[in-house]
Amino acid sequence: MSKLIESLSTNEKKILPYLEEKGLSEICKKSNLDKVSVLRALEYLSNKKIIEFETEKKKVIDVGVNGALYRKKGLPERRLLLLLNERRIILLKDAEKESGLNADEFKVSLGVLKSKAFIEIKNGKIILSASKEAISKKSSEEIFIESLPLEEDELTPEQKSLLKVLLKRKDIIEAEERKKFHIKVTPLGKEVMSSKDISRELIEQITPELLKKEQNWRNKKFRRYDVTATVPRVNGGKRHFVNQAIDYGRKIWTEMGFEEMNGKVMQSSFWVFDALFTAQDHPVREMQDTFFLGRKGELPDKKLVEAVRLSHEKGVSGSKGWNYNWDEEEAKKMVLRTHTTCLSARTLASLKKEDFPKKYFAIGKCFRNETVDWSHGFEFNQTEGIVVAPNLNFRHLLGYLKQFFKKMGYEKIRFTPAYFPYTEPSVEIHWWHPEKKVWLELGGAGIFRPEVVTTLLGMNVPVLAWGPGFDRILMDYYQVKDLRELYKNDINQLRKMKAWVKV
Amino acid sequence: MANVKFGRKNFESDVGKLDSEMQEMIALFGTPVESVSDDTLELEIFPNRPDLLSYQNFKRSFLAFLGKKTGMRTYTINKPEKNYEVIVDSSVKEVRPFTACAIIKSLKLDDSKIKEIIELQEKLHLTVGRDRKKLAIGIYPLDKIVLPIYYKAVEPDKIKFQPLDYPKEMSGLEILQKHPTGKEFAHLLAGKMKFPIFTDSQENILSMPPIINSEKTGRVTNETKDIFVECSGFDFAILEKCLSIITASFAEMGGKVYQMKVKDNITPSFKSEKMALSLEKTNKILGLELDKKSLKKLAEKMGYNYFADGEVEIPPWRMDILHEIDLIEDIAIAHGYNNFEPIIPDISTIGKENKNEILKRKISEILSGLGLLEISNYHLTKKQDQFEKMGVPEKEESGFIELSGSKTDYNIMRKDLLHYLLKIISENSDSEYPQKIFETGRVFYTDKNEMTVEEDHLGVAFTPGNYTDLKQTLDYLSQNLGFSFEVKEEQNLNSFFVEGRSAEIIFEGERIGLIGEIHPKILRNWKIKMPVSIFEINLERVYGKF
Repeated sequence: MSKLIESLSTNEKKILPYLEEKGLSEICKKSNLDKVSVLRALEYLSNKKIIEFETEKKKVIDVGVNGALYRKKGLPERRLLLLLNERRIILLKDAEKESGLNADEFKVSLGVLKSKAFIEIKNGKIILSASKEAISKKSSEEIFIESLPLEEDELTPEQKSLLKVLLKRKDIIEAEERKKFHIKVTPLGKEVMSSKDISRELIEQITPELLKKEQNWRNKKFRRYDVTATVPRVNGGKRHFVNQAIDYGRKIWTEMGFEEMNGKVMQSSFWVFDALFTAQDHPVREMQDTFFLGRKGELPDKKLVEAVRLSHEKGVSGSKGWNYNWDEEEAKKMVLRTHTTCLSARTLASLKKEDFPKKYFAIGKCFRNETVDWSHGFEFNQTEGIVVAPNLNFRHLLGYLKQFFKKMGYEKIRFTPAYFPYTEPSVEIHWWHPEKKVWLELGGAGIFRPEVVTTLLGMNVPVLAWGPGFDRILMDYYQVKDLRELYKNDINQLRKMKAWVKV
Repeated sequence: MANVKFGRKNFESDVGKLDSEMQEMIALFGTPVESVSDDTLELEIFPNRPDLLSYQNFKRSFLAFLGKKTGMRTYTINKPEKNYEVIVDSSVKEVRPFTACAIIKSLKLDDSKIKEIIELQEKLHLTVGRDRKKLAIGIYPLDKIVLPIYYKAVEPDKIKFQPLDYPKEMSGLEILQKHPTGKEFAHLLAGKMKFPIFTDSQENILSMPPIINSEKTGRVTNETKDIFVECSGFDFAILEKCLSIITASFAEMGGKVYQMKVKDNITPSFKSEKMALSLEKTNKILGLELDKKSLKKLAEKMGYNYFADGEVEIPPWRMDILHEIDLIEDIAIAHGYNNFEPIIPDISTIGKENKNEILKRKISEILSGLGLLEISNYHLTKKQDQFEKMGVPEKEESGFIELSGSKTDYNIMRKDLLHYLLKIISENSDSEYPQKIFETGRVFYTDKNEMTVEEDHLGVAFTPGNYTDLKQTLDYLSQNLGFSFEVKEEQNLNSFFVEGRSAEIIFEGERIGLIGEIHPKILRNWKIKMPVSIFEINLERVYGKF
């Protein structure tokens, strides 16, 4: 009991004595609080079981549009009566004009005044016949309108007949079903209301003022809070969820001893395609699939360009090549990189034998000329990795992939054959989706073809390589179903989004 | 990427029950299962394996993979009979120089087989044929043709025949202008002085490759028993391979294959090829310890013959074997990707993050600490957003990089971050204010010398927010990074800022960015009803300090 009383806020205490008053407006008036504060306090009191709300559906009689207007300006008959009070006798048509009433109102007013024997109509003139006293008295209609709103079942027989009459007139009265709240003070509430402790002063906020002197708080009680009550949302600063995930990917690779590659988004076709043994008539090199910038870039040194030419035209390192005339101009065409593998190609071209072993990774945006829908977009994130060392084999490739995806939270994965122009053997990684019960593709990998490695490195050393997309991984984690949501930047959504936490 | 649909009934009677185990085997064969229904099995065929594009060819290879009927399949190839000849005129040299042809007899065709043939033809057109550009295939009922056949090029107006699916005769040009298929592929012959045609010895036009067959001599039906097949294009070796794929498919259907004399060649030569496959290299690359016997078994499962001298015989329809490594991959597939034990090699290297990424993250952390929310936008943008809404008149749009043929209205590279910040603010009028956002990311433009430039930028925007708010943020950031940015009243006034409330951000004497209050006229363009202040800086100079 005392705990309960200690938990009452100032406002709750303010309205406590008036809980049995009739209606919200009474409580507001008596407690000197606004409606919102009273409602909130009532809700808290109800949470504390001091009161109960009872809702009741009631037909309520209230003023309509015209009724509200007449409350201010007076009923039409009153306005006509006031005019007659001045003039005593007036022509009908003058009365209509001077009263400022419309035809309808005028007609009704005449009827009402006549029925009350306040006026007579003779020879097109209105003659006032009511006494001064009768005129000054409020009519029963006026009294009724002023008393609104009223509940229908509370009407007196007299009010009921007035209602009937007024309902015939345009928009004076409106009858409406309303939900009505009753505040019922519970036995507990009654006990609280009658408790002596209620008047005891409690400390509200702890303020610097309060802390100044010990006597301010020594031996005093602090008002108890409802610590389980919901509080307003707070918005903080944070990183974009895609970048949180990418940073985690970066952490995994560096933990595994990989060094980060970074490079340009705009690259010549040479690095994106030619250096990766992708023939110049390959469909990926059409505008249909790849963004071309309509300009040409620089090619690397002639030795490398000629090595690439040879790998395509005649083949190198025991390969037959693609057997066509390789065109340098085609290789110069600038594109938006379609994969981060172009960064691996550039890295390989810069390595020397004494650098081995080496491990590199990249995470970055890649581009393809696509329309946009829930599963497609023109930009996507890829994570790239290469391992360069003698004596590497296919099982090592699978080992790295398994480890990376395990850290990303994919336990059950499988490997199946795949095709990429620049890797052989090639592999696709699939993840068993436990709810959907299907294998979903996570990405591709392989060992770089001898045509690629010999050309870029000058010798054939195993290079394990992978380039899975990153977007599926983060869509899975954040439960995003639509690819477009990744870059929608809905601030509400970003504020609510959970943080990337993987351990 | 090509998908093929096979009849489920055929598959189950020829291969076995299509349960989940079988689907797993299909995936491990390197042909991912796209969908399975009561009637069909849909597979994806990778572009290096056009020899799997028909059911007959797939069945042969897959059965071998399962260990049934292993080794290289051979078919009886009959020598050319009298008049089994295609006379190639030198006039085709300029337009479509090569053809490889065959005759198949005693076929028993039905609707499903005809469908399979047409689908194979179409898939080959799309993949190997690069949409008929590189190669096109024609198939004709032999009984409508009087051998030998002529392949030549003639002036388009001298070509007159009734093309498939058209009610009347047309000229070569008319076909390109009016016939639906003609219009679709018109670009392949457009501008040529002469168009290639196949005729029989009675000068009946059989077809105008790579566009269309003749209605009279180019429609295969259920009644057709014997057919003439041609591939035309620019690379004779590829035409031969392609013809091998088609004839192998017909041979699997029970047809008798006859060669033809084509100029100086006999096609299809159906010549298998030999390549050395080293046991040692295979084991080294795959990390296995196979012996010769098991290597032979695995090679045979992939449809090869393997000889004691270490050579592999490659069937004539395989187009993808350029190097020994391609054989080694097939050995891995036969071994089963599921049977490799993944291991991490014993290699010691030191991990290292890219310096710029470390700095970008640090900046993001500092700004997040101030309560700013990071956003992330596309690198592509709309021209209208980059210029028009930023108050740049069309004639002053410059230094931007345009993308050719974009499929969306995002068709230029973003030049700055600040227009994107405004866009995001304008799209978030229903999110609670204040909104403080930032982005670090790449921008793209061309410099005075028309050279392309890529830079990392940082953009920050507050709404509601004024110059002081942004200047405080900028000061806090530079202080935390350990140096100071100065500001100088802006010289070349950017019209999107309020005059007198914007400045250049100077770092070590060089202008690296802008800060200021956005002018109401720009806010109006974006339908933003709150004051916005922004700064954007180029991070490259900052990177240089670390």
